[in-house]
Amino acid sequence: MRCSRRDLLAMALTTTAAAILPVTAFRFLSQAEVKVALADPALRWGFLVDTEKCVGCGLCVKACKLENETPYDAPVTRTWVERYIITKDDQTHIDSPRAARDGFTDPRIRGEAFDPAEVTKSFFVPKLCNQCDSPPCVQVCPVGATYQTLDGVVLIDRKWCIGCGYCIMACPYGVRFFHPVHKVAEKCNFCYHRISQGLKPACVQACPFGAREICNLKDANDPITRIIMTQRVAVTKDEYGTKPQVFYIGLDRNVR
Amino acid sequence: MESMIVHGLEWTTKELFVYPNEYIYWSIQIVMYPYMTGLVAGAFVLSSLYHVFGQKDLKELARFSLVFSLALLPTALLPLLFHLQQPLRGIYVMLTPHFTSAIAAFGIVFSTYAAIVLSEIWFVYRQYFVEQTLALQGQPGPGLVIKRRLYQLLTLGAYDISAPALVKDKKAVKILAATGIPVACFLHGYAGFIFGSVKANALWMSPLMPVIFIMSAVVSGIALCMLTYIVIMEWKKLRSTPAQDTDVAQVSRITVMEEVIAKASRYLIGFLVAAIALELLDLIFRGYTAMKSWDILRFVLYQKDFVNIFILQYGLGNLLPFILLILPRLTIRRTVIALLLILYGVFMMRWNVVIGGQAFSLSFAGFMHYHLPLLPHSAETFKEGLLGALTVVSIPFILFWLINMIVPSLTTDQETP
Repeated sequence: MRCSRRDLLAMALTTTAAAILPVTAFRFLSQAEVKVALADPALRWGFLVDTEKCVGCGLCVKACKLENETPYDAPVTRTWVERYIITKDDQTHIDSPRAARDGFTDPRIRGEAFDPAEVTKSFFVPKLCNQCDSPPCVQVCPVGATYQTLDGVVLIDRKWCIGCGYCIMACPYGVRFFHPVHKVAEKCNFCYHRISQGLKPACVQACPFGAREICNLKDANDPITRIIMTQRVAVTKDEYGTKPQVFYIGLDRNVR
Repeated sequence: MESMIVHGLEWTTKELFVYPNEYIYWSIQIVMYPYMTGLVAGAFVLSSLYHVFGQKDLKELARFSLVFSLALLPTALLPLLFHLQQPLRGIYVMLTPHFTSAIAAFGIVFSTYAAIVLSEIWFVYRQYFVEQTLALQGQPGPGLVIKRRLYQLLTLGAYDISAPALVKDKKAVKILAATGIPVACFLHGYAGFIFGSVKANALWMSPLMPVIFIMSAVVSGIALCMLTYIVIMEWKKLRSTPAQDTDVAQVSRITVMEEVIAKASRYLIGFLVAAIALELLDLIFRGYTAMKSWDILRFVLYQKDFVNIFILQYGLGNLLPFILLILPRLTIRRTVIALLLILYGVFMMRWNVVIGGQAFSLSFAGFMHYHLPLLPHSAETFKEGLLGALTVVSIPFILFWLINMIVPSLTTDQETP
């Protein structure tokens, strides 16, 4: 093959241009963007649920649905409240009608009434995403659409999720679902858009009894963090090794 | 109201306490997916038995099953696309694979496997492509010209069909078939890994899952190849007229077929025994160790899904065909019945794993029931319903019919030029 100097130059130019093209996809971040991207190393979001304070009013669920635009009547939700009734025959009865969005207005569970003399204990347990330290949902996402931020919250990229449902399967807590409108995986993210602006999550703000609190686990002076550090708290399903970061006061052994 | 479909609501019913967000998210297409990849892997392993291990009497079946595994290949993709909530983003698995996920390996394993199958077929048929190109040279008519161009393209410019070149081809086939076996096993073993590694699911989580999947894959692949082979051969027999087909040729073809089938069914029995042994080991182990989840698992296995698991899968799908195949004086008809039952049994195994794994709540305090959508009334109930599944099943046969027009895989030695 013959190749004149002119050809060589033309080819070299084309090749260089073609090679540079992908580089244009990269860009320099501003100082502020870098700060957000790297997150604050002195921040790790945690959550405290005091089941002793929860009365099952469901205002948290309602607030969450409205704040996060989860279709109000769709039977899926980022957070919910469970009711437990334990009877003398050691049977555990659990329900969460409409995820407790409208509170617990019926003393019966699935139509079954309970004689108060037969009930040994009953209580409410709010549930939400545990923002696990080793999140199985992040591990199994085939495209990296769900990821953990440096401040501990697990987020979902709605533009990149392919909707395979593997993360939904991998979560032992059942907090994930497909968003009815966006058709991608969806779950609680402690209202990341709020907490990163210094606000409290919608459910925390809506709770009239202080049963839900958010905190920075790396700040020993945070009053909520102090409770987690100094009092006896538990987590749900720690046998899965996911290291959940939602802590519970008064968690009963019957809680699933 | 905006389009608001809660995925899974359509076909899930809940019993007792189930978390609000729990539904049967992985439905019929996820049953089809391991079933179809299993058939692909099994078909390839069967063809390799001849190419690698020199099982001469499997020669007829080997060429057929190789081409059939190519026809099956795209159908391993299809159920996934039907299942995805965002099918147009499916390619992201290849673009941004997240390697801690078992599914991320899909792109790599699948394309490696596809490359191996395609190149092996090319080496097997290269001589044929060249011969066709030469034979069609100068033939009139646009149809034949196109046909010749196609074969010319398929030769990829390699026209050397001298004896040493063909020996090299054979060697390449052998190497490709040998590398293909672990890749085929990996393709399917990783499908088992996808389930086996889900620690949240008490029924799925088991290190045996990938091995069980591979064994049952080979079983179903061999069974499907044998069945299709028998059907096609019988059909050819019916169609051939005495003028075209001498009695001698016909008789020899039937004996060839019977020998092939007898041999293949011996392999089938072997893999079947291995598959059942592993599954039973898994079951016994779960019962014996009786971890926290065993209470609900036992309830699902022995009561809710008893008929599906023990009657339909183990009884009808494994035990009965096993007896049919080991009884002496095996006839083609009995083989066909046994093969159909085996294919059904492996399908039920996939069903019982995928659907059975979602039959109980993560709370261990409730159950979910799956109702397969029969008549579609939306895109979703078509894709994840009976019709979607039937589409997936029928496509390999249509593809095979098309591919077989170009690379004939059903001729016996007497007929090949």
